[in-house]
Amino acid sequence: MSFSIKKEGEIVVVDVEGQLIVGNRQELKQKVLDELERGEKKFLIDFAQTGYIDSSGLGVLVSLSKKIREQGGELRLANLNDDLKTLFELTKLDTLFQISDTRDRALSSF
Amino acid sequence: MLPMAASSPPDAGLRVSLEVEIPSDVAYIERVVDLVRHPCAELAFDPRKLALNVPVALSEALSNAILRGNHEDPAKRVRIRVAVDTSGLVVDVEDEGVRFDMDANMRDATAPENLEREDGRGIFLMRRLMDRVERFDADSGTGQGNVVRLTLRRG
Repeated sequence: MSFSIKKEGEIVVVDVEGQLIVGNRQELKQKVLDELERGEKKFLIDFAQTGYIDSSGLGVLVSLSKKIREQGGELRLANLNDDLKTLFELTKLDTLFQISDTRDRALSSF
Repeated sequence: MLPMAASSPPDAGLRVSLEVEIPSDVAYIERVVDLVRHPCAELAFDPRKLALNVPVALSEALSNAILRGNHEDPAKRVRIRVAVDTSGLVVDVEDEGVRFDMDANMRDATAPENLEREDGRGIFLMRRLMDRVERFDADSGTGQGNVVRLTLRRG
């Protein structure tokens, strides 16, 4: 499991490869917060290569979203498969995030 | 030799039991999830349950045992007992921590006032993703320890 970060124009794109769970959530949090401290405002997390997400992973997404909003920025999500969509629906986090079906759609939505 | 009846599935009557013991370290969670998912896949569990219900609910039970039960104490272990057959999966996750009331720790993670909380979705998710979630006192002889039992039908 790993996270890779790249810039697409003004948008910081994070790919989550593998799981987003209690064992690695801090790594994702720190990587995104480092970019936020550098002044980045627009963030997209792409889950195309993600297996499963546990409650701590969801918690980190919620916490990052709040912190980014507090700095006047925005966090959006893309490429949730049907199982991950169900997870977001069960927890009603689909109402908290703007979620796009594809990376391109998410990038053009900012 | 009599031919096998065409109508009987090859996994009928098959039962897999596993016992796994890990240190109180969250780095082991993914490995345990893989160990438990494997026999469930062999027994043709519903794909959604393999991809979502089993890994997420089991991760929650394991992280609760490691973080809240054993407080990541390296002297304490987490024991996992698994039984899988064509009817479903039963997993017991046992810690060595102080006994707790699981219902007292349950809140509605989807209530508007809780939606933006970072924590508090673990037990909620276990209950939503499993058919049954129970807690027992561990039979440890020390007056401590919890067993959280997850039960899920196969189909």
